[in-house]
Amino acid sequence: MAFFVEVLVGGLLAGVMYSLVALGFVLIYKASGVFNFAQGAMVLAAATTYAGLADRGWNGWLAFLAALATMVLFALATERLVLRPLVNQPQISLFMATIGLTFVLEGLAQAMWGAEVRGLDLGIPDTPLEVKGVLVSKFDLVASATAGTLVVVLALFFQNTRTGRALRAVADDHQAALSVGIPLERIWALVWAAAGAVALVAGLLWGSRLGVQFALTQVALKALPVLILGGFTSVAGAIVGGLMIGASEKVAEVYLGPLIGGGIENWFPYVLALLFLLVRPDGLFGEKRIERV
Amino acid sequence: MRMHKRWWWPGAALLAGLIWSGPALAQNEQFIPMPSYRQGPYAAGGTSIYGGFIDYLTLLNMRDGGLNGVKLTWEECETEYKPDRGVECYERLKGKGPTGASVFNFLSTGITYAVIAKATQDKIPLLTMAYGRTDAADGRVFPYVFPMLTHYWSLNTDIVRFIGQREGGMDKLKGKKIVHLYLGVAYGKEPNAIFQKQAEKYGFEAKLVEVPAPGTEQQAQWLEIRQYKPDWVILTGFGVMTPASLKGAARVGFPMDHIVGNFWSGSEEDVEPVGDAAKGYISAALNPPGKDIKVIQEIERVVYGAGKGNMVNKARIGSVFYNRGVLTGIMTVEGIRVAQGKFGKKPLTGEQVRWGLENIKIDDARLAQLGAPGFIQPLRVSCADHEGGGAVKFQQWDGTHWKIISDWIQADKALVRPMIEESAMKYAKENNITPRDCSKERS
Amino acid sequence: MIYREAGQFRTTYAADQRIFPIAQDRVGVALLLAAAFVGVPLLASNYVLTALLIPMLVLTLAALGLNILTGYAGQFSLGTAAFMSVGAFAAYNIQLRLPWMPLLLTFALAGLTSAGVGLVFGLPSLRIKGFYLAVATLAAQFFVDWLFTKVGWFSNYSSSGVITAQRMVIAGVAFETPARRYVLVLSIVATLALVAKNLSRTRTGRSWMAVRDMDVAAEVIGIPILRTKLTAFAVSSFYCGVSGALWAFAYLGTVEPQAFDLQRSFQILFMVIIGGLGTVMGAFLGAAFIMLFPLFLNWMFHAVVRGDVRPGLLSQLELVCFGALIILFLILEPHGLARLWQIGKEKLRLWPFPH
Repeated sequence: MAFFVEVLVGGLLAGVMYSLVALGFVLIYKASGVFNFAQGAMVLAAATTYAGLADRGWNGWLAFLAALATMVLFALATERLVLRPLVNQPQISLFMATIGLTFVLEGLAQAMWGAEVRGLDLGIPDTPLEVKGVLVSKFDLVASATAGTLVVVLALFFQNTRTGRALRAVADDHQAALSVGIPLERIWALVWAAAGAVALVAGLLWGSRLGVQFALTQVALKALPVLILGGFTSVAGAIVGGLMIGASEKVAEVYLGPLIGGGIENWFPYVLALLFLLVRPDGLFGEKRIERV
Repeated sequence: MRMHKRWWWPGAALLAGLIWSGPALAQNEQFIPMPSYRQGPYAAGGTSIYGGFIDYLTLLNMRDGGLNGVKLTWEECETEYKPDRGVECYERLKGKGPTGASVFNFLSTGITYAVIAKATQDKIPLLTMAYGRTDAADGRVFPYVFPMLTHYWSLNTDIVRFIGQREGGMDKLKGKKIVHLYLGVAYGKEPNAIFQKQAEKYGFEAKLVEVPAPGTEQQAQWLEIRQYKPDWVILTGFGVMTPASLKGAARVGFPMDHIVGNFWSGSEEDVEPVGDAAKGYISAALNPPGKDIKVIQEIERVVYGAGKGNMVNKARIGSVFYNRGVLTGIMTVEGIRVAQGKFGKKPLTGEQVRWGLENIKIDDARLAQLGAPGFIQPLRVSCADHEGGGAVKFQQWDGTHWKIISDWIQADKALVRPMIEESAMKYAKENNITPRDCSKERS
Repeated sequence: MIYREAGQFRTTYAADQRIFPIAQDRVGVALLLAAAFVGVPLLASNYVLTALLIPMLVLTLAALGLNILTGYAGQFSLGTAAFMSVGAFAAYNIQLRLPWMPLLLTFALAGLTSAGVGLVFGLPSLRIKGFYLAVATLAAQFFVDWLFTKVGWFSNYSSSGVITAQRMVIAGVAFETPARRYVLVLSIVATLALVAKNLSRTRTGRSWMAVRDMDVAAEVIGIPILRTKLTAFAVSSFYCGVSGALWAFAYLGTVEPQAFDLQRSFQILFMVIIGGLGTVMGAFLGAAFIMLFPLFLNWMFHAVVRGDVRPGLLSQLELVCFGALIILFLILEPHGLARLWQIGKEKLRLWPFPH
């Protein structure tokens, strides 16, 4: 029984790490209707910038601010060069444009900082903590706390501030938002910058686990089942979805895996999310789409 | 159309480039193709290995004027570790140089598989040192493929023997539990068959635990391992899987010095992200790391002294992958040199280089001459045995460096060779290849 | 001036409904086919055939498949590579276990297997739409990848899971040389492209387009949604399956699950979108562009930039250029290269007059 609890807890905490990445997706989709595939590359770029500066001897906080500034610059550049010309294009074109962005960002990050693997020491030890016979990782606890705080802050932001409401209006209909005077460009720049900040935090946490290297872009793939389960437009959904995916993935791998040969972690979350979608086609917390003929 | 203006400059650039590339003079040059990968998930390893390879060739050109007066030239082509890009690079580079490409080394098992048939037909050898198609060690069926030094099956027997040594004898392995944690791709699955065979032979319990590619998440696997409580874990990882494995082990409190990785899971790039927790991790070493090897020092002095070094990050000179690159250079050039001994000191064709590679014999005296004493085991490649060695040393990470902790541990050839021959014959049958008769071929 | 229709009168319905109603078009296509079937194998080097044209054509086929699914039927799918993988493994296994099976029939059966798998993974499309469907098809991608790596039967229990495709022999003629393989691939692709074009002009094709434009309305006017969507998935997967089989047999010569990963799916999606969604011409143009452009960048950088440039920088700059160009394309011509081609033709009809 203790083992099951361990697997479950481990899974829940892993899920929180996924939610962190999913949060970036949700932010951008919620505000601009764009499925930003470049989120993975943003995680890599942010982490690489931080690690590269830290390697050069920069102070941790300064490096963080510099990386944040880089992501903001990237957001501004993206908004100006990619999003503005593509206003009101079909979703698929915008999606493709973000894939193009992925290549650009990956290439730039590697060109500027080199393609090597860097360790990232955030000062949080990854040693296990024993709580009533269950092993819990200290690192995971810190990560969950960070993710939790981010989620709460973002949720409050979207609900209660004027900018948050403007963001929701933009997500609903670009042209309508423009016509009531919402400054589309600024909103988009803001949202991409926020996603960039989230990417930075995710990059730091994942980077200290795996090392800052190209494979960080793959963590975006882990976030996708979270998105379909929780809904593309819901911040709360990102967390709940993350927890569910993380827990079920680990439990399935340990208990179901040996029955069918192991290694099912890659596709199991997708299949699970798919089954959920059949019941709720817009995700658990996603906006219900209303189609009119 | 407006668009025209935007398109003229790449066209002009291409034209200019083609004009500048100039005519190919009949030169006294040996062309070595470099299908490298400098971007993508394995870029860190690729950059170091190809960096070492190129630096060694540069050293020979600068210090000795080439190989016996024949200048060594090369051209890089980015494969991104993908089979289709690899095939394109192969086709593009195979005809370059006065006598065509000497030998291809893709550093990727997937690309190697895709190119074997083509290379055999085009008579260009493939040097697949420590990777690639394991059953190509049977040179009778694969005359053009050379998995030199060692391959995954021999390596697995080496690791089991090392573990036996650590336990106090192979008989002490009886009843022990060993886990094979591997990446769920072709490369990771290769040792499974021989691992289970050895379990039967020595009486230990073998458990296979797969990590789905790319291996960023291993929590479930390590919890499983924790529950199973094995004595040892053999790690077959590549890229991001290895640091994730080590972190996973640290979290469940599995002792690092009871994890033995293979030689693609034992580099600085693998352990540095893990920090202090990785201390004590053991891995197989194809060649010793470090800078106190004469040839590495030569490279630093001559090549980097003149500012012609290939590595941007000079801290990586002397790293595990860098030295492996230098080793690749040594083996390639040695093959060409042996071929020159028979065919003359001039640019050689792929077919001639193949003969050279097949007749490589390196002993300690030769290694000392090359400036790399003890760098590799004594090597004897032959017609039937394209592996030629099979032994590895073992190294341990102490937090800052890899330190060699064992001597050359030999492979269990009696166990491995029949399996190789069986697999090679199966391939020969499927593809209507008549195995060569090695006794008929005299040097 | 050259491209005028003046004087061409179509007197039968059949003549009017031709794929190429204008005579100049027919002549152009005939010349193109002649050049492709006869000229290229005779004149092109082995490098061009093996490394450029064959993979381009094989990927065109996959792009045609995805085009049917996403361009005509509007179902967004990211599992293309999975269906290619199914086709490749199916073809290998059929040839292995039933060696007497003629090669073309093997390819067709491989396509049908893939169609079956596509049907199963297409079932969610009845409930799920848009990006949710795209991510759901990723389930196909990862599951198929896992299945072929895990179950040894598919790869004939080879220790590494990588298998060598058999030689291609049709009616005693071996297709080993690059020129022969090229002609084989070209014939298959040309035939299937014609089928795709004609499909789009039939009732099935029109019901696909109706579903794409507004599926609720389509259902209202009586188009059977279930059948339509599933047919789209099945036909699309058939194309992808044959493409995968060709990739393994005619191009690489090996079959391994990693050759058909998510990157491949994205590559084909790129081809379809850059080429132009909903057009057959777009599949060809997109495949040519996406396949050849990175190589062109590689050549150009190597030819132009000589001497000591930081190694690796070139590869990374190539990546940046490629990404930037994709974005540029989407901004300048969101309807893809096929639309540019169409604009070109329209201008040509008026040439040399401006309007």
